Amino acid sequence: MAYYISNIARSKGDPKVLRSGPSSLGGADRMAKALGWFSIGLGIAELVAPERFTRALGMEGKEALVRTYGIRELGHGIVSLSPDKHIGLWSRVAGDGLDIATLMTAMRHDNPKRDNVKFALAAVLGVTLLDIIGAQGVTARHSRPRGRPRSYRDRTGFPQGVQAARGAAKDFQVPPDMRAAPTLAAVSDRAPQERARPH
Amino acid sequence: MRALVWHGKEDIRCDTVTDPEIEQPRDAIVKVTSCAICGSDLHLFHNFIPAMLPGDVMGHEMMGEVVEVGSEARGKLKKGDRVVVPFTIICGECDQCKRGNFSVCQTTNRKKYLADKVFGHATAGLFGYTHLTGGYPGGQAEYLRVPFADATHIKVPDGIPDEQVLFLGDIFPTGWQAAVQCDIQPTDTVAIWGCGPVGQMAIRSAILLGAKQVVAIDHLPERLEMAEAGGAITINFDEESVVERLNELTGGEGPEKCIDAIGMEAHVSPSMPDTVYDRTKQMLGAESDRPHVLREMIYVCRPAGVISIPGVYGGLVDKIPMGQLMNKGLTIRTGQTHVNRWTDDLLRRIEEGQIDPSFVITHTVSLDEGPEMYKVFRDKQDSCIKVVLKP
Ligand SMILES: [Zn+2]
Ligand SMILES: [Zn+2]
Repeated sequence: MAYYISNIARSKGDPKVLRSGPSSLGGADRMAKALGWFSIGLGIAELVAPERFTRALGMEGKEALVRTYGIRELGHGIVSLSPDKHIGLWSRVAGDGLDIATLMTAMRHDNPKRDNVKFALAAVLGVTLLDIIGAQGVTARHSRPRGRPRSYRDRTGFPQGVQAARGAAKDFQVPPDMRAAPTLAAVSDRAPQERARPH
Repeated sequence: MRALVWHGKEDIRCDTVTDPEIEQPRDAIVKVTSCAICGSDLHLFHNFIPAMLPGDVMGHEMMGEVVEVGSEARGKLKKGDRVVVPFTIICGECDQCKRGNFSVCQTTNRKKYLADKVFGHATAGLFGYTHLTGGYPGGQAEYLRVPFADATHIKVPDGIPDEQVLFLGDIFPTGWQAAVQCDIQPTDTVAIWGCGPVGQMAIRSAILLGAKQVVAIDHLPERLEMAEAGGAITINFDEESVVERLNELTGGEGPEKCIDAIGMEAHVSPSMPDTVYDRTKQMLGAESDRPHVLREMIYVCRPAGVISIPGVYGGLVDKIPMGQLMNKGLTIRTGQTHVNRWTDDLLRRIEEGQIDPSFVITHTVSLDEGPEMYKVFRDKQDSCIKVVLKP
């Protein structure tokens, strides 16, 4: 829909979108995009209001850790939204592991917020599942399948063969503005006064 | 009509859009018979050149039949003409055009105010390549409006298949100019980073221009095999040290001429730590491009050598070894391709059978399959090197 606004930048006779068709983005790419933005959102929240997380989880005093995780989360997000999204999503999976481990430390019996921690753990496990599905999806969609590539051994580009092609365009005159420094022979063969003259 | 439309990062769709219309008297409408996906389209696909808007039509490699001609283009074009459309839109009249510097034409960028701000001075309008270069709709579509059509076209004769002439609009002259601006001598070793479509064309061009040896660098076996078929010695950077091997091939002196057919998105691998560094900075928005190839070229190039850069860079790069560059007295030549400067000569070479650029095509599909092919090409699946679309 954004193209309606950007039509301002177009002139009268330029083509304008009437109906949108098939996209280069696959399902896995859209999922990566959603998870990437989720990372960015969560990262900002952890960075800006870590005390909300620590209070809810009974982890008071761990604000600095939550902030660090916020920065980590932003990193996952940026990479997941880039063309290297498989790295981003797999890094999210690793991050999920770290989150789970951290939450496990809050599962102490004396933690009054234990129920919240359980809830958070369930949520992280759910997201981990999505991350794994997404990571596998984009990896499968964008990797080069193993196996022998096609052979281009006969693609010379020269109808008369490579040997005949070597130097075949010697009739071409390099224009003066594209000449380079003179060759050694070109300088040393010339008369001394000529030599001083710029090429 | 149908067209491949940019909707966001990695989101290209085959949409139904309104047909283009003649706007200016110098315009023409071309019914596209073949178009291609270019490596540089992938920078837009990844939104690494952040000047695309949702709704922009992609594509800058296309050809077809003229179906409508504006009043002022009529002397040069007529209905039914078969044309390849160069990706650079040119007026043919400004100072730069008259010098043959077509890719920096001073008149055709209709968003000059934007480009002046970002680049200091605007460059030519390009098809399907962001609003910095005019925001012109591209040619991965059934129809294309060609602005300044009286100058912006390459007429091709009937009887020669689309596949053989299509690449006159970009990758063939791009590979050619990359080699030409190396001023290749018969004693030269030309090292080419990247065996994608432009790299493949640069290899063939360097061979035709008579280099002593052409060395091609990549890590995808199918691309290296195609490079070897074209007469190059190959280096797989996953398996051997590029610098060591290049020195070995040049008696320890380094290649005289180096071509960067990679550009801003160098392969990232832990075996090349600087690429991981660049990728990280890129994600954090602290650097726009990954210049691994530039660093390696500057390091390995023979003193007083030439570095030619057809690969696209978008913005800012980091850690360029200026000390090596300056002390070694290297010449750097860059630029978008001055397509029309070379095409008459290159068309003749195709007609004479010196070269047949269709060798690079590995996939031919319909426009509907275009979005999926962007993915296949980007992920280098199915040994994909060059995709041609048939609208
Ligand atoms: Zn291109
Ligand atoms: Zn001009």
